Amino acid sequence: MMVPILKQGHVLIATIMAALSDEDMRQFREALLDRVVTSRAAAVIIDVMAMDVLDSFATRTLREIAYMTRLRGAKTVLVGVQPEVALTMVQLGLHLEGVATALDLEEGLAYLDRTKRRR
Amino acid sequence: MAPCQVRVPIDSDSDIVIARQKGRALAAELGFSPTDVVRIATAISELARNVLSYAASGEIRLEALNGRNRSGIAIIASDRGPGIADVERAMQDAYSTSGGLGLGLPGVRRLMDEFTIDSTVGQGTTVSATKWCRQ
Repeated sequence: MMVPILKQGHVLIATIMAALSDEDMRQFREALLDRVVTSRAAAVIIDVMAMDVLDSFATRTLREIAYMTRLRGAKTVLVGVQPEVALTMVQLGLHLEGVATALDLEEGLAYLDRTKRRR
Repeated sequence: MAPCQVRVPIDSDSDIVIARQKGRALAAELGFSPTDVVRIATAISELARNVLSYAASGEIRLEALNGRNRSGIAIIASDRGPGIADVERAMQDAYSTSGGLGLGLPGVRRLMDEFTIDSTVGQGTTVSATKWCRQ
């Protein structure tokens, strides 16, 4: 399962299109970090709207992506967490500390725009 | 009518996805709310990953339950792995021996209505978790 990663200016946009297995998640993590390095991206937006669940493994992998991206001086914004998925994550005790979130892709881009201007 | 029982062998991480998708389909068919469907799918995902990381292989069995006035779903995760030496400790938050997050079992218990573990060291583990449909 390939996750398409598009580049728009200094922002990489990764859209997860379907449920990913743990191995798919690992491959996605590697591919995305590779693109962050080669494209000198300033930010990454990950759209998880199509993910059926965000369980402990998926959450941990997303947190790792955000941390590794930050070490490269770039931001990560997670968009598209569905309300049912958000409820379940809270109940399960999963945290995404250090990962910025926005409602959808549009809001994610607006957030990056705002934080960029403030600098 | 939903099938009463679905068995998914767990031998690789793609089986985790298959198990939770079958669980999602069965839960939706039984009339669970969208939030409960995600809770059930997430519980299956966690239990199936436990099977894979502690025992390398096992099975997830999903059963449609018919109570007096309500329907429900049971998730039974079983393996012939090493078993859990200290079940009480495994049920504590932030306890894990597989390098995971240690959220697995207590987290699943919070997502579901009923939860039991039957484990014998050297023989294996069976975790059963049930969710009832809110009418």
